[in-house]
Amino acid sequence: MRIGIDVGGTNTDAALIGDDGQVLATVKSPTTEDVTGGVAAALAGLGATRVSAVMIGTTHFVNALVEAARLEPVAAVRLGLPATAALPPLVDWPDRLRAAVEGAVHLCRGGHEYDGTPISDPDPDELKRVAADIRERGLRSVAISSVFSPVSDASERRAAEILAAELGPDVHLSLSSEIGKVGLLARENATIVNAALRPLAERTVAAFGEALLRAGITAPLFLSQNDGTLMDVDHARRYPVATFASGPTNSMRGAAYLSGLTDCAVVDIGGTTSDVGILVGGFPREAAGEALVAEVRTNFRIPDVLSIGIGGGSIIAADGSAGPRSVGYRLTSEALVFGGGTLTATDLAVAAGRAEIGDLSRVAGIDPARPLALIAERVAEAVDRMRTSAAPLPVVLVGGGSILVEELPGFSDVRRPPHFEVANAVGAAIAQVGGEVDRVFSGPRETVLAEARAEAVTRAERAGARAGSVRIVDVEELPLAYLPGDSVRVRVKAVGDLDLDKLGEAGRHA
Amino acid sequence: MDIDAGLLPAFARGCAVLGSGGGGPVRIGRAAALQALEDFGPVRVVAPGALDPDTLVMPIGTAGSAEVMAERVGGTEEPLHLRAKIEELYGGRVGAVMASEIGGANGCLAVAWAARLGLPLVDADGMGRAFPRMDQCVMELAGLSPTPAVLCDERGRTVVIDHVTGPWLERLVRAALEAFGGQAATSEYVLRGHQVPAATALGTVTRAVELGTRLPDPILTGKIAEVGPSILVEGLGPDAGRLARVEAGSEYLAVIEDGEPVAAVPDVIALLDTRTGEIVPADEVRYGLRVRVLRVPCDPVWHTPAGLRLAGPAAFGLTGLPEPVAARRTAGDGGSP
Repeated sequence: MRIGIDVGGTNTDAALIGDDGQVLATVKSPTTEDVTGGVAAALAGLGATRVSAVMIGTTHFVNALVEAARLEPVAAVRLGLPATAALPPLVDWPDRLRAAVEGAVHLCRGGHEYDGTPISDPDPDELKRVAADIRERGLRSVAISSVFSPVSDASERRAAEILAAELGPDVHLSLSSEIGKVGLLARENATIVNAALRPLAERTVAAFGEALLRAGITAPLFLSQNDGTLMDVDHARRYPVATFASGPTNSMRGAAYLSGLTDCAVVDIGGTTSDVGILVGGFPREAAGEALVAEVRTNFRIPDVLSIGIGGGSIIAADGSAGPRSVGYRLTSEALVFGGGTLTATDLAVAAGRAEIGDLSRVAGIDPARPLALIAERVAEAVDRMRTSAAPLPVVLVGGGSILVEELPGFSDVRRPPHFEVANAVGAAIAQVGGEVDRVFSGPRETVLAEARAEAVTRAERAGARAGSVRIVDVEELPLAYLPGDSVRVRVKAVGDLDLDKLGEAGRHA
Repeated sequence: MDIDAGLLPAFARGCAVLGSGGGGPVRIGRAAALQALEDFGPVRVVAPGALDPDTLVMPIGTAGSAEVMAERVGGTEEPLHLRAKIEELYGGRVGAVMASEIGGANGCLAVAWAARLGLPLVDADGMGRAFPRMDQCVMELAGLSPTPAVLCDERGRTVVIDHVTGPWLERLVRAALEAFGGQAATSEYVLRGHQVPAATALGTVTRAVELGTRLPDPILTGKIAEVGPSILVEGLGPDAGRLARVEAGSEYLAVIEDGEPVAAVPDVIALLDTRTGEIVPADEVRYGLRVRVLRVPCDPVWHTPAGLRLAGPAAFGLTGLPEPVAARRTAGDGGSP
């Protein structure tokens, strides 16, 4: 048995999945201030301790960034001089967040050209001076970036070696080559965010482990990543930024699992928003370009999600339109069916007989047909925006607010699977492990692709996938314009089943 | 007019429109310009007619791949090395700089480098938009020599190209770019103040600011219905029932409706994402995007026979395309677009 837990902003959802893949129990409990209280309550609610693994998806780290709270000041060290000097690190950050995160900025020698030729060699003396400054300022977390590190990480590794030797094991180092892809500023931003979250990640991961122990669970703990794969606790301590978009990813993967579909649109309707994403081969389609997270431009792998302001708590205006204002978590006191005075989308669903919640008599005089049709239209338009072709596309509805929608104009196959309300926790529980390659290769196409595929498989196995279960789920080739003909950027992603034996002690949280 | 941090967003948006879907990552050019304006103060924009006749005007820009620019970002010393070599080759001091290409990232880079050099920026540029080739410029049409031309990187490694025509300049620059790591700062078609009024696209810095402040009415509003060899835009709202085909290479090249081109290169075509308000580059078009399709007239010189030979539909492999309806009306009137 496995337990999947989704720690959201409002609710902590949990699901117990049997070895045959059946959903055995589910529970929803309010998320607590310290995060772990909600986890403990969810575990108690499921009542199972003899499980083989616990998977947690959490928005805790992305929330810290959004609130600009609980962040560690960072020394940003970039290797690339004399290139890149036009734009120093943190240049495009919003002021409030920059003030919370900027500890020091250092531009140093190092970095590579697109073909791996060094721009300049890292200078040990220069880096020792940087280390002295970091020590002087009392900074404990360092983000290291270098030009074209997805092609060659040699500069970043060399700098990390020197800084680690100078600063000792108590200073965290985050390397951009391990975090993002091509596009220096966005990759560097993601690395700085990661560095700022490292101490919080240590505390939170330890607290999750504590909550498990208190519930009597000794099984290994994993955290879900943006791409729907898992990382062990050691990895989670070092790469908190990889959890940022695990919420929508988990609900999409859960929707796929519960509906049995691998290629479909998923609409996760919560209290305030509806999030629309597309599943391709069982995995969320990823955003193509750069993504803004808390106004910081990053390029780590996150699912392509379109959010619209419609949810179960959406307030219905006099003209029948819904949202974007929502009563949010106060739904159970403010909605008409719960004795409140606000007409919400949930009241419409109850009036239409789509849900039996609260007191039906309180919405007796309301005609829900037109406002519900407007909601369906807007959700359908959002799904239509996200699709990549005009071919028929099944739509899976999940989330507590999905009772608002029964049919979508223009879509003939709309379904709501069993356990739809905890699809995100199910998604966490069923996650696999993956490996990805994204860099610029030169050489004959066949050789390049074979090399990239082999590397992705090796990475997946190293991350804990059972040998033989790993398959390539995505290959993308992007020839580089205005460069010699055989330079191509290749992205390959491989995933496989989690091999608990192989992980052994590595995954233990205690 | 001065370009300062306050005016920069409108200018950069105008540059994105004039990129016609290409011209490199405006976001990086804009950030570099903002940094330079903060470090060195506003850039004075000088009217072409107000230039001293003998003053040396240095066209500037970056050549190379957008992916490389997104990684190498750009240094601070390139414009200084360019100026030193141009002054050595041409004799005398550079009095003003001009964007080689106003459309895309290079329009913003010209502002960044003018600020760093402490020089005024001429209210003109070499193209009036973005084009993929260096020799697709008004100076080439006017018969100016592109050389001696200079390529350099941030540490001053320099290549001088001389005694070649425009097409040969393009050929040699592409060869040198590989060794430079896929990106280099360039200056070509250097000219004197008195040559600017007749040999450049005039008023384009002002035009970029105006376009960025107020976009023209769309020729079509709709959604992207197919992305394949061509892009299909399906009309929505008042345009429901209309269907247009957009042809694109590195830039948007033509908009065709009912077999009739409603816009075509050399005129500028821009797609505006109606949800974000951002200009959509040609390589980021996706099914389902809600867009406004805009047509912006190019500099009239591009509609002359010589202009069309260098940068008309046929130069981009679009053959058998009649002159767009709108262009037939305005071509030859000689006025500013």
